[in-house]
Amino acid sequence: MSAIQINLPLPLLPAGWSSDKDFKAVGSLSPATQRSLEPVGPHFLAHARRKRHQRTFSEDERIQAQENVKKVEEDDADDLSEPEDPVMLQRDPKDWKNQDHYAVLGLSKYRYRATEEQIKRAHRKKVLKHHPDKKAAAGTADDDSFFKCIQKATEVLTDPVKRRQYDSVDEHADVEPPSKKETQKGNFFKLWAPVFDSEARFSKNHPVPSLGNENSTREEVETFYNFWYNFDSWRTFEYQDEDVPDDNENRDQKRHVERKNNAARKKKKTEDTTRLRHLVDEALALDERIKKFRKEERAHKDKRRLEKEAEQKRLAEEAARAKEEETRLKAEKEAAEKLQKAEDKKTREAAKNAAKKNKRVLKSAVKDNNYLHEGGDAPAAQVDRVLTDVDLIIAKLEATELADLAGKLSSKKGATEVKAVYAEEVKRLVEGGKLKEGEAASLAA
Amino acid sequence: MSAEEVAASTPERHAIGISFGNSHSSIANTGADGKPEVIANEEGDRQIPSILSYVSGEEFHGTQAKAQLVRNPKNTVAYFRDFLGKDFKQVDPTSAHASAHPQQHESTVAFSIHDSESETPNTVTVSEITTRHIRRLASSASEYLGYKVNAAVVTVPTDFSDKQRAALTEAAKAAGVDVLQFIHEPVAAVLAYDARPEAKVSDKIVVVADLGGTRSDVAVIASRGGLYTILATAHDPELGGSKLDQVLIDHFAKEFVKKHKTDPRENARSLAKLKLESEATKKALSLGTTATLSVESLAEGIDFSATINRTRYELLSSKVFGEFRRLIETAVSKAQLDLLDIDEVILSGGSSHTPKIASVVGAAFPETTTVLAPSTSTSAINPSELAVRGASIQASLIEGFEHEDIEQSTHPVVTVAPHLNRAIGALVISAEEHHGIFRPLLEPETAVPARRTAQFATPKEGGDVLIKIVEAAREIHSRKPEPKPKADEKKDDDDEEDDVSDFTDSEDEEEEIREKKWKVHTVLAEAAIKATKKGSKVEVVINVGSDLGIQITAREVGAQGGVRGSVEKPATAVNGSA
Repeated sequence: MSAIQINLPLPLLPAGWSSDKDFKAVGSLSPATQRSLEPVGPHFLAHARRKRHQRTFSEDERIQAQENVKKVEEDDADDLSEPEDPVMLQRDPKDWKNQDHYAVLGLSKYRYRATEEQIKRAHRKKVLKHHPDKKAAAGTADDDSFFKCIQKATEVLTDPVKRRQYDSVDEHADVEPPSKKETQKGNFFKLWAPVFDSEARFSKNHPVPSLGNENSTREEVETFYNFWYNFDSWRTFEYQDEDVPDDNENRDQKRHVERKNNAARKKKKTEDTTRLRHLVDEALALDERIKKFRKEERAHKDKRRLEKEAEQKRLAEEAARAKEEETRLKAEKEAAEKLQKAEDKKTREAAKNAAKKNKRVLKSAVKDNNYLHEGGDAPAAQVDRVLTDVDLIIAKLEATELADLAGKLSSKKGATEVKAVYAEEVKRLVEGGKLKEGEAASLAA
Repeated sequence: MSAEEVAASTPERHAIGISFGNSHSSIANTGADGKPEVIANEEGDRQIPSILSYVSGEEFHGTQAKAQLVRNPKNTVAYFRDFLGKDFKQVDPTSAHASAHPQQHESTVAFSIHDSESETPNTVTVSEITTRHIRRLASSASEYLGYKVNAAVVTVPTDFSDKQRAALTEAAKAAGVDVLQFIHEPVAAVLAYDARPEAKVSDKIVVVADLGGTRSDVAVIASRGGLYTILATAHDPELGGSKLDQVLIDHFAKEFVKKHKTDPRENARSLAKLKLESEATKKALSLGTTATLSVESLAEGIDFSATINRTRYELLSSKVFGEFRRLIETAVSKAQLDLLDIDEVILSGGSSHTPKIASVVGAAFPETTTVLAPSTSTSAINPSELAVRGASIQASLIEGFEHEDIEQSTHPVVTVAPHLNRAIGALVISAEEHHGIFRPLLEPETAVPARRTAQFATPKEGGDVLIKIVEAAREIHSRKPEPKPKADEKKDDDDEEDDVSDFTDSEDEEEEIREKKWKVHTVLAEAAIKATKKGSKVEVVINVGSDLGIQITAREVGAQGGVRGSVEKPATAVNGSA
């Protein structure tokens, strides 16, 4: 907190006020209340720091100030220094296309990850060391070749376009994919992750999904491979172009070289795309997770298929059983019908036989009683008449009535009795309207 | 922060601030520039409704889910924050009446919803719902920021129990979000204001009125040199924006009944439609003076459209506004303070957009009190975003800390500190206790250890001056104003309905003028600076230790030497500090 400004004047010292060291303690504070502070905000963090380290305000301020100073110093003394390869120091600056710009600036462990700030600081450091004037001062020959290398490296790396072109062909940043044999020994993730990490530097899309580990979900793995199969790369191959002749003399020659360069770039780009595709293919083939997922899927499918089959079998069995039941019922029914038919036939035949028998009884009753003729042989006319009438009665009678009548007749002996029975029957039939008055007269009384 | 505290941080931890409210949630991130930025989700909402809805297995969140309250209320879970970490017996299901109903499930609360494509409903616990909600919030933040968010500072109301905090931590963990710290909503709001670059650290008493969607909380906070202490809180679990919605619902329903002889409130679906639109109308009335409400097929297929102006709305809801005001006054009196003691009122929460609430609250406080609300101050921060901004600032501060570090720093050993009961300051103009004017250096409720520096002017001609350090208490003096001819014409109580006019009237019609005055309690020390130059200044540094011992240093600015001395700690030790 800044100082509080109070514009009203302090009182004058009253006359006679005196004290040792000009200070007089008079009273003491009244008791305080214990309350809980809200652990929020920068000032609380400072309070917590003071309390935990038991520092006073001024101590804490001093320590904080010291730490802040240290941080600035550290920034300068960070690890931008690398041992310089003596071969590199002898490089010919004209051959700048083949030089490792990052190594020249001492940034070989950062490469494409180096920030612009780091590049600037590294350049500054190298300049301080390799400036030709310094070498001259030290007495060595006027050799500025490495200085030129440094300048060229900085020129390339600080220009975003040129830096991308260089990064595109920076082989030192490439990580060779492991061989199949190596991978099969295990360690798939450890071996392949750096490969994809290094390839990821060319991606236009960020964030790049990570390879993950053996516990990654199917979705993650699919995202990963989909990303790499649809990889959008900014990699270009202009850096490896053949120099276009700069003179204005031969335009055709110039165009020819340009065309050749363009074709070469395109070819390299296609090759690079194919290379990456093969790389991803290879990784995909070696990825245990894919196999695991396939297996799981197959197991899942198998399970489903088995379930389906079991279901179908069950259904078929049920259908068969139902059919069997149906045929059985049908057969039973048929048998019952047959039996019924036979029975019917039997009864019909029995009835027929009974009727025949009864008819015979009826006929024999008249025949045995001399055709109801009293005394002597019955004349032919009488016989004929009686028989015709009996036949008429038979025709008019139902089977039951026939049986009744036969029953009545069988017990009767003698023409009179028989005739009485017949007469009665005829009477009944006439009353029932089956016979007309006068019909079967020979039998009527 | 010191190096040992920062050193062991996990590099990939990315923390955001989350404000998880009953009705709305927000997410914010504070970048390296220290400016909090509230993140909009995929639909462009910065206030994301805390609602999840399921339609044939598909999950909807936020505004889309809110729309489902009309069509699919049974599978829409809303207003569930306050159910978390509570027994079924303890929860108030009123606000969830128009959505999925809470049910008892083992020792917690659950909802029975169709959240998958299956026919039978699933029982989903409130923790699981919270997890899904936080997951959606975190993924929105991750998508916006371009990196995975895996930690957060979450704001909670001051009455959130340990059990609720534990449940929320668990739920967040399941969503892949590590809760670094819970901070209180009102404190987050104060932090959001104090973290503005133009803000100066000062000693002030702040009232934070968090007027939310379904509940309102008020906290009185002492802000002393950037340290915050909650002095009192007041809660009303039923007062909130929904009550204002209800006023509009009733109003429009009555209009509808008048025209069409049918009450849309009797049909759940009509009511849901009306509620949704009334809320929108209420928001429109915070900005414009008239607003239209139109609902297609409100009830029995009849379309309804009506206009309401702000004055009518304010008249209708004056009762609710009065409740807001009374809640704030309750909190102030609970803190044993007077309205005159309040330096600042921060209105936070969605309902604070209502201009009338700001003016009602402003009228309740003296003119010296600043009311920070969109309608009273152009520099006010959007009140809906205050809590989340504070949380994101805190998140950026402690992002690099280890869990253990955070825990140690928030432990009562660190947070509990003795707070001064009375102000410590110096007398100016006259050393006489009755004539001198007391100027406080340390206000009451300042946590010790504390240090303050002040520069005093000296008498015009210079010379020897006396610095008299005293302890003083605040007293409220009320005195009758000079009698005026029409003084007691209108003495009826200050009704809250038309307090704007009341406020201007109060200047000449209020019965008594109330003033805050300092009364010297004890003299602590005296120091003399001899022979000050003409027009020079005297700098006094007071350092109060945790044992209440005082170190005083005084010197003339630009001069050598100076006076140094200490006041012994009181004989009766502070009741067990540290």
